[in-house]
Amino acid sequence: MEKQSKKEKKSVVKIFVEELSRSSFVFILLAIFSGLVIGGVLAAATTEDVYEAFRSSFGEGILESLNLIWETYSSLFTGSFGKPAKMVTALFSGDRDLIREAYKPFLESLVTSTPYIFTGVAIALGFQAGVFNIGAEGQLFMGSIMSAWAGFTFKGLPPIIHVPLALGIGFLAGALWGFIPGWLKAKTGAHEVINTIMMNYIAFNLTEFLIGGPMQDPVDSFKTPLIEESAKLPRLFADPLRFNVGFFIAIGVAVLTWYLLYKTTWGFEVRSVGLNPDASRYAGINATMITIASLALSGAFSGLGGASIMLGVTFRQTQSLSTGYGFDAIAVALLAKNHPIGVILSAMLFGFMRHGSRLMQLKTGIPIDIISILQGLIIFFLAAPAIIRTFYRLKEPKKEFEE
Amino acid sequence: MANQRNQLIKKKVKPQEPGATRRIVMGAVILLFGVFIWFAFSRNIGADTETIFVLTPGGGAETVPDVQFNTLRGLNIFAGICAALGAYQIAVGFKKYTNVILAVAGGILTISFLAWGAGGGSINVGGMLRVMILRSVPITLGALAGVLSERAGVVNLAIEGMMISGALVAAIVGSIAGLWVGMLAAIVAGGLTAILHAILSIKYRIDQTISGTIINITSIGLTSYLVTKILQNRDLHYLNDSGFFQPIHLPVLSKIPFIGPILFSHNIYIYFMYILIILLSVILFYTRWGLRLRSVGEHPKAADTLGVNVFRMRYVAVILSGMMAGFAGSFFVLGSIGYFEQQMTAGRGFISLAAMIFGKWTPIGSFGASLLFGFAEALATNLSILKFPIPAELLLTLPYVITMVVLAGVVGRSRGPAAAGIPYEKESLH
Amino acid sequence: MAPILELQGITKRFPGVLANDHIDLKLNQGEILALLGENGAGKSTLMNILYGLYSPDEGTIKKNGEVIEINRPQDAIDAGIGMVHQHFMLVPVFTVTENVMLGNEYLRSLGFLDKQKAADRVREISDQFNLNIDPDALIEDLPVGLQQRVEIIKLLFRNAEILIMDEPSAVLTPQEVDELFKIMHNLVEQGKSIIFITHKLKEVLECSDRIMVIRAGKVVGEALPEKASTNKLAAMMVGRQVELKVKKKLAKPGDVVLEVKNLTIVNKNRKIEVDNVSFDVRAGEVLGIAGVQGNGQTELVRCLTGLMKAESGEVKILGEETTNHTPREIIESGVAHIPEDRQKDGLILPYPVKDNLVLCTYYLKPFAKNFILQPDVINKNAKELVEDFDIRTPGITAFTSGLSGGNQQKVIVAREFSRPIDLLIASQPTRGLDVGSIEYIHGRMIAKRDEGTAILLVSTELDEVMQLADRIAVMFRGEIIAVVDAAIATKEELGLLMAGIKTEVGKKKPKKTTVREIVT
Repeated sequence: MEKQSKKEKKSVVKIFVEELSRSSFVFILLAIFSGLVIGGVLAAATTEDVYEAFRSSFGEGILESLNLIWETYSSLFTGSFGKPAKMVTALFSGDRDLIREAYKPFLESLVTSTPYIFTGVAIALGFQAGVFNIGAEGQLFMGSIMSAWAGFTFKGLPPIIHVPLALGIGFLAGALWGFIPGWLKAKTGAHEVINTIMMNYIAFNLTEFLIGGPMQDPVDSFKTPLIEESAKLPRLFADPLRFNVGFFIAIGVAVLTWYLLYKTTWGFEVRSVGLNPDASRYAGINATMITIASLALSGAFSGLGGASIMLGVTFRQTQSLSTGYGFDAIAVALLAKNHPIGVILSAMLFGFMRHGSRLMQLKTGIPIDIISILQGLIIFFLAAPAIIRTFYRLKEPKKEFEE
Repeated sequence: MANQRNQLIKKKVKPQEPGATRRIVMGAVILLFGVFIWFAFSRNIGADTETIFVLTPGGGAETVPDVQFNTLRGLNIFAGICAALGAYQIAVGFKKYTNVILAVAGGILTISFLAWGAGGGSINVGGMLRVMILRSVPITLGALAGVLSERAGVVNLAIEGMMISGALVAAIVGSIAGLWVGMLAAIVAGGLTAILHAILSIKYRIDQTISGTIINITSIGLTSYLVTKILQNRDLHYLNDSGFFQPIHLPVLSKIPFIGPILFSHNIYIYFMYILIILLSVILFYTRWGLRLRSVGEHPKAADTLGVNVFRMRYVAVILSGMMAGFAGSFFVLGSIGYFEQQMTAGRGFISLAAMIFGKWTPIGSFGASLLFGFAEALATNLSILKFPIPAELLLTLPYVITMVVLAGVVGRSRGPAAAGIPYEKESLH
Repeated sequence: MAPILELQGITKRFPGVLANDHIDLKLNQGEILALLGENGAGKSTLMNILYGLYSPDEGTIKKNGEVIEINRPQDAIDAGIGMVHQHFMLVPVFTVTENVMLGNEYLRSLGFLDKQKAADRVREISDQFNLNIDPDALIEDLPVGLQQRVEIIKLLFRNAEILIMDEPSAVLTPQEVDELFKIMHNLVEQGKSIIFITHKLKEVLECSDRIMVIRAGKVVGEALPEKASTNKLAAMMVGRQVELKVKKKLAKPGDVVLEVKNLTIVNKNRKIEVDNVSFDVRAGEVLGIAGVQGNGQTELVRCLTGLMKAESGEVKILGEETTNHTPREIIESGVAHIPEDRQKDGLILPYPVKDNLVLCTYYLKPFAKNFILQPDVINKNAKELVEDFDIRTPGITAFTSGLSGGNQQKVIVAREFSRPIDLLIASQPTRGLDVGSIEYIHGRMIAKRDEGTAILLVSTELDEVMQLADRIAVMFRGEIIAVVDAAIATKEELGLLMAGIKTEVGKKKPKKTTVREIVT
């Protein structure tokens, strides 16, 4: 009897470990971990102090590297989250200012994550429909500048009208920017990758033109005028916290997209066309319409992302330099395996990293571009599952359909 | 058997005519060019205005007399030519040469545009053409890289990333070890990056678009990171100061009036470009290696059954493609300003792909297409200086808009290598 | 004298299946050996091993008595073994010469191709064996029969002594098949040896010197054509007494369901694919469209199902005009469609089985209400259909890609049959399937016919058409050149029609054979 129960116990644990090794969640964690390791090595390899330390002795060099890596990632953490100890004590103290200061990193990271959620959902939707939308950046720009226009042009409107109006215009601008490559792909077969990239550059230049010309502020050159107060997205806390309802709108969009994709007939069609446009056509689905609509909606969501930045944070268009959101969003979507709810999580990961990297750069001098490298590495590991699988000795995933 | 053959019903084969619709549409477009010239340009120019086309580009070359003409008369002539061509196309059609005629009409439209804009003044056409050649270099080289890869069946979207990696490596190594070593290092860097793309897309059979994008993201991130690190530290600034190749005026050729300075008075990148275009054309279509490469991109299974090593062929093609892209990237630094700037490639890697498609996956065709893009770039920068009535930023979108128009197939659907983009799997033949 | 080729104990395992089970095979010089077996029996695997595309797990290959190693196609080529594949391995945009010399190029100095010398050699071979091929022609311009000859030239160019021909008659008219057999005999007379893979019994009897039958990975018998009969061979192939005749009652055709009048279809390059075609299909009858692949059948079906535009003419279903309607409108008119290419056009392989089963109906009540999918209804429907049609699947949520070909086809059939239909358009419904699945699907189709559905069957397998159809229309070069009564038409007459030769059908006295070949 005893022997039997021991055997059972063992197998339960074994089963658990096996299931874990098969789970894609663990897989994602390992991909992230591997990326962080390589990123850390890169950071160490390009820092002067490390070389100096190596010159003294090997041991010191290693110590210095580890020190640097620790500093880098810990400042990344505190920059994105905050200091946990501080956050707890502040809560208990009840002092408003203390609380604000302690939770600032966390809340600011949420603000940074918001556009990632929008654009991540946009690109995930595109992928599910079988289109590769690299134009999220340009669509974001159009959403940004047009919502700015709506923000400063209409005066005297109550916020309850002005905010949705400005958001709506941003939505439509992005939709247009996605519609054009979508239509071109559907009608002429032109590859959307190149076309969306071209639309990006057109958007950048167009924005540059607008802020230097027709939309220029009469006083401050090369900026648009500040948007009206009534167009600003309501903030939840007092300054300097910038956390606003945009975050919740983003979550809403992600949930809505999840519902559309998996629970509605439209989503069924989108996924069908993405997986097999020929069979979809044979079954009666209008693949052309789906392609166009998906790219347009994808563009619209990106545009909304741009609008959320404009109406929630920046309030005026001051530049036409790439924000990087559109490209990072590709990583966000891939990391989440194109699942809208997963996108929320991966968007927050990237948003937190992005925000935290500022502190990291301040403290260690490591340029924030390392985040792009990390992203590239993470997608690399995700895209080449075989590499991770062999390295960490994982098993093949299950062969059934999960929603 | 034989007499049964004779009883075969003779099928009335109706003549195959290329789409009448297309013929008319193209003709209408060309006609429209003519109408546009008259409507927008002729009518807005005074009868006395004269335009001067300066044909002598700078650069210490032989002077060629300027071309001066009455703007209105010139514009009307141009409009007339376009209208005539358009009418002929609608009625009869140029068939095989339709695309060429369209290009000619486009050229006339452009000349008219210049004539109009420079009305009352002068414009250095020679200079613009010279800049066009210069600007077309990275696009041509990038397109050649694309041809190498796609002809073997592997879509290479990572040309942009390989270019920028090449540029940075050229800058850093060039600063340390001189221009030639820098160039070589860039080629190597491109090749190494390509190995990554090759492994991902050939061995692991990852979607080639995703694989290419990964490399782009990582390359752009990595190069920005490194150059920021360098710029942060004053002591390291010497690492981003390679200088650039000086122009070489070819002995006899550069003295040819008008053409000489435009084609033969550049730095060695341009000459390399000429050589590579010819070399690649010959290799692709006249050698055994080229035949096998193309077979692998059209029908890898067929090649496999005949003993051609599909995987090795593709690896080699992709690596060569990367090397070419790295070489193209080095031009941005060593053939131009002499140091590295963040995101200095500005999408040329993607425009190269459009040039490749436009050029029907041939080296010479790609060169022709890149000249078009190069001209658009030259035009944009030139015109903003000249105070043309259209704002500079909008003109800068010209290359991108043209790319989209080209891809939309205004110039006819082109067909790429049949197996491009499809990972090859060794499986049963049934 | 030792046989020119000998395979001993060849064994090959794939995950879950033993494709070749200790197979022994001898090929003598100057002989045509037929390898007979149904789809999935293991003959292709065996030949792929011989050609170096697979490695055997066990067993040896001997040439002229000596053991040789074949690890890749080049080894096979070096050993004088060549293969003419069922699906041609030709690059459409290359010329004949380029295709022939690929991999064994004639060179001038520095790796430059000697195109002239190669072209001359191609012409030489073509003349020697009466193949009639122009070295400079582009493959995509050549008709299928000639393309096959290019494949043969490829082998002869490399001095192949042993030729493996894989289902060579699949794409030929009966007359072209006769020509092929002539060429094969010619080759053998000039010293070559041939292994001829097929599942067609009659051809084997006509053309081979010896027959080997394979079933489920094992050799189950040898026969000499003079002494064998189709029945015996069929039994060996399948392993049991075979239904040699589909039990079907006489058709009772009702009203016209599908009416096609003067339909002309033109492709992208303005080439006429379907030329002024007219026919009817009535309720309760099967109209079979016979013809060699490439004579317009594919385009006809695509037009009828809404995927291709008609240039002129009209299509009516139950009296309502449906010309150029969208696929969905046509489906809603009561039309079901089993597409030619089940994996590309019929199923979304990454979808679970339950979703593929509602691929045409997901948006209708009760599967969806107000655009929202009803999972309970979808699941229930899936469970019922899986049981009803005996679809072998791990579950309704299993990915469709994991099912066998036959079961995948059953998913399509189940889906199409599960809604009320007036017209079924079936294109190559049993291509590549095992005999069991073929019997099942044929049975279901006849049952549907007896329920009153009109069926348009398009198939390049003449036997299938002759088995199932009540009337047969023959398509040649885009035209329907004859519509005949299936009961009186003979295979020879149909073959002539398929080659474009108008003959009187029924003039010859119909043979009193009641035993038809099993469906191949």
